[in-house]
Amino acid sequence: MSFLSIRNLSVRLRKGPPLLRAVSLEVAAAQVHGLVGESGAGKSMIGKAVLGILPPSVEVTGGEIWLDGVDLLRLPARVRRQKIGATCALIPQDPLTALNPSHRIGPQITDRLVDILGWTRADADARARDLLAEVQIADPDRVMRSYPHELSGGMRQRILIASAFAAEPKLIVADEPTTALDVTVQKQILKLIGGMQARHGTALLFVTHDLGVVSKVCQRLSVLYSGLVVEDTSVADFFAAPGHPYSAALLAATPKYTDPAAGLQPVPDAVIAAVRAEVAAFDAGGAHG
Amino acid sequence: MADLYQVQDLHLSLADMTARPLMGAAPRIEILKGLSFSIPRGEVVGIVGGSGSGKSTLGRALVRLLQPSGGQVLFDGTDITHLTEAGLRPLRRRFQMIFQDPMSSLNPRHRVGTIIAEPLRLHRFDAIADRVARALDHVGLPAGFAARFPHELSGGQRQRVGIARAIALEPDFILADEIVSGLDVSSQAQVLNLLERLVRDLGLTLAFISHDLSVIRRLCQQTIVLHHGRIVENRPTAELFADPQDAYTRDLLDAIPLPDPAQRWL
Repeated sequence: MSFLSIRNLSVRLRKGPPLLRAVSLEVAAAQVHGLVGESGAGKSMIGKAVLGILPPSVEVTGGEIWLDGVDLLRLPARVRRQKIGATCALIPQDPLTALNPSHRIGPQITDRLVDILGWTRADADARARDLLAEVQIADPDRVMRSYPHELSGGMRQRILIASAFAAEPKLIVADEPTTALDVTVQKQILKLIGGMQARHGTALLFVTHDLGVVSKVCQRLSVLYSGLVVEDTSVADFFAAPGHPYSAALLAATPKYTDPAAGLQPVPDAVIAAVRAEVAAFDAGGAHG
Repeated sequence: MADLYQVQDLHLSLADMTARPLMGAAPRIEILKGLSFSIPRGEVVGIVGGSGSGKSTLGRALVRLLQPSGGQVLFDGTDITHLTEAGLRPLRRRFQMIFQDPMSSLNPRHRVGTIIAEPLRLHRFDAIADRVARALDHVGLPAGFAARFPHELSGGQRQRVGIARAIALEPDFILADEIVSGLDVSSQAQVLNLLERLVRDLGLTLAFISHDLSVIRRLCQQTIVLHHGRIVENRPTAELFADPQDAYTRDLLDAIPLPDPAQRWL
């Protein structure tokens, strides 16, 4: 049984165009599922819908989000928030804007445990120290007393990872967690997230535009174009032979330093036209069904 | 002379404002620690390194947005190391820059046409409207885009405007600082193809700063690898990739996530 099951989820701008078009996907416990697409494809929007943090300008127009056996969209708002808060967490993209610049690191990890989950301050501090050690921060006590600006980008991203795992969530949405980092740090951070995910048995919804990263960390992936899932498959099958012309074109656009002749091909106009036609056909069909 | 840039023992230090005492000057930290290299005319040189390696500082020293604290930078035979602003002005047209984030380097209140025309006016060009139209054409944007505002464009289109602004001045040298790192793979590929074509058609010399070795591999004939303000390798790109000599270069190569699920990291 999948831990997270999204069925025909549709989301749109209020009185505006659709942003997600009947998106369905399944994430089993302890699995990493990649969400791939160009900017504006709606990949972050799926994560936000799951976490119940869609912007006010956006509304859910249909579908179901089953998390751990309940449909989140049918729960009263208060119960839904409690359910999500107790089982989910987010690793955001930009560690500098996600941390409050005027607060020390320690409370930014522990406040949620104390104020919302009712832990004692001492337990929460001990937990934060353990997690910071787990993300390979050498001196957790000093870091907990530091302000975000005193730490490097890689260090801040480690703190957000530690923070995401603090309450032992069953599902973590990682929204482009390494896009702001340079490659060597990216590799460390991805290994760290992967190791934590495996040890803690967490399901991960991994939003990225980098198919290289997907091939390194995910078991399954969904490729999105304009809010429509054009392909949902296992990583092994995808990289052996993408099942949709648009996914194949995205793969051909991904740089490959081992083979300078391959990679970095722009997505051909014909492929864009075809996938746009699919979106239009979906919208026309949706009007009847 | 074959080399457009000749750089000898370049040092650059900046004030460390995080360590500034209450009174007195801040201590200086050395960002570039004695770099020597040359950039042949008509070539694309990649400058690669991790964050904090000094690659952007090096770029800014080349176009003299920063003044070196030691060594010598020759541009087309002229020593520009300590040239005054007035002395630099006639040269500024000849070395242009394209910035990483087009949203913060294009004035949001100006139309694309104005953005491209502004430096032409400053450098007292004639036939400005024609030059703007030609620059837009070079970067593959329709002439009608001159009337648009930056927020009406996609990320890839904005980056094309940045390129158009630079090439409109008919420079000898362009510094491109991480100009594709904010773009989707497809736009990235388009912008790189465009740069390749422009270098060929306009006879440009290009320094391309990036942290992404895959992109460097595609575009650059020569690659300089920076680490902690020092050059650890400076070789033809093909050689560098075939046989990286420095441990840091190997780390950089190993860290690139190749789209190949056979080698997983988790």
